[in-house]
Amino acid sequence: MSRIHVSCNINGDDAEFLCDAGESLLDALRDEMRLMGAKEGCGTGDCGACSILMDGRLQCSCLMFAPEADGATIVTVEGIAAGDNLHPLQQCFLEGAALQCGICTPGFLVAAKALLDRNPDPTETEVRYALAGNLCRCTGYDKIIRSVLDAADRMKEEVAG
Amino acid sequence: MRYAAPTSVAEVVALLGTDPEARVFAGATDLVPQMRAGRPEPGLAVDLKKIDRLMDVSLEVGTWRIGAAAPTGDLTANAALAADLPGLVYAGGLIGSDQIQNRASLGGNLCNASPAADSVPSLVVNDARAVVAGPDGERTVAVLDIPTGPGRTSLAPGEFIVCFEVDRPPARTSDAYLRLIPRTEMDIAVVGAAARITLDGDGNCAGAAIALGAVAPTVVVVPAATEALVGGPITDGVLAAVAAAASETANPIDDKRGTVTYRRQVAGVLAKRAVTEAAGRAGNGGGQ
Ligand SMILES: Cc1cc2nc3c(=O)[nH]c(=O)nc-3n(C[C@H](O)[C@H](O)[C@H](O)COP(=O)(O)OP(=O)(O)OC[C@H]3O[C@@H](n4cnc5c(N)ncnc54)[C@H](O)[C@@H]3O)c2cc1C
Ligand code: FES
Ligand code: FES
Repeated sequence: MSRIHVSCNINGDDAEFLCDAGESLLDALRDEMRLMGAKEGCGTGDCGACSILMDGRLQCSCLMFAPEADGATIVTVEGIAAGDNLHPLQQCFLEGAALQCGICTPGFLVAAKALLDRNPDPTETEVRYALAGNLCRCTGYDKIIRSVLDAADRMKEEVAG
Repeated sequence: MRYAAPTSVAEVVALLGTDPEARVFAGATDLVPQMRAGRPEPGLAVDLKKIDRLMDVSLEVGTWRIGAAAPTGDLTANAALAADLPGLVYAGGLIGSDQIQNRASLGGNLCNASPAADSVPSLVVNDARAVVAGPDGERTVAVLDIPTGPGRTSLAPGEFIVCFEVDRPPARTSDAYLRLIPRTEMDIAVVGAAARITLDGDGNCAGAAIALGAVAPTVVVVPAATEALVGGPITDGVLAAVAAAASETANPIDDKRGTVTYRRQVAGVLAKRAVTEAAGRAGNGGGQ
């Protein structure tokens, strides 16, 4: 069967790839685009390790058919740092020891970015609800939640300058 | 599997006519996990998300039109819709995580036909209608008449839902939805209960609808609860009758989420609480 040609924008760059109709966007990102940040934890929408932003909306790339990306703007974890400068979320995850094995981390970072983009000053409860779609087998969550709250504080200070 | 992303309802009808193995989808949050679990892939997957009528959420002359493929995140973000139909919007906001709500649709929730689908009892108590398109044109059908059993619907081959129509609630009317899950987030309802209540100027109940999810092969309405409610004040005695009627109507199964006895009991408790919540909002003016 002929493969489908997809044109989209990924992390600010125009991108094109060929995919099969039933291929997940997650597989296309990893196998065709060699972007290994998004991970497959479950493949069924439960764990959030595959989280990406498509047209600004947080979604599980394992539930998306790769051809759906045609014409879309995608952000993966590879796109959230500004060049060599880590995003405050990434910096705070490092400083706060918010990861152990790291499988869940790209998904948490993208989901937390989606939260802070729409709500720069979340409460702890809001952070916990916003990250309910992301599972972590290692950390026990607490350090992740603290790190997101720290990043929110840091970003507010940067804005206040 | 092939993939198509048509931009009009007519194109979808034509595509479904070309291939008996074709399936429409919106969020694919049910479709993909089912494929991964070994169910056969559709021959042709028809993406509904590029069609404006399937994605729009709008209010026209007293009726909300909710695109069947609109993600529930668009409902929770719509303050006017949430003011009119708080129970329905709350139910949409219970479906999965933010990631899921940016894809999951009401059309998929209804047509996947899980007995536990969270938005369906709320659609039913609000008398929602589905606009169905197919080879013979369009027809309008009550949401209650769509699911016929777990995984089964009354839609004919080649038919699909374009949008839902929900009339704006009259004055002093509101709805509520409650579900029981063992966790705070990300689980399937053990029991779900929706209520819609209209009060008159004296605070007496002038209209009531109650529907239950996850306690029968399809969503069920509880007419005996309506009878107990309408025509008087909502007293503790009336609420006890509502609970008894809901427990009586529930016809659940035993499974890992709960036993028959437990589910019947919880159906009564949630029905009572949903009535109380809806009546409280109705007393504060309700939707309008
Ligand atoms: C992690 C996770 C958590 C979840 N949590 C919940 C929850 O808490 N509560 C709950 O109720 N559900 C839950 N679900 C199930 C699912 O997300 C919902 O049922 C959702 O509303 C399905 O919508 P969809 O657009 O993704 O459906 P799809 O998967 O696109 O479609 C589902 C079915 O409906 C058919 N269909 C879709 N649209 C139409 C249409 N317009 N006309 C006719 N047929 C149509 C498709 O052919 C398919 O058979 C969860 C799923 C996941 C993966
Ligand atoms: S891999 Fe997508 S949610 Fe788990
Ligand atoms: S750090 Fe291992 S799963 Fe989260």
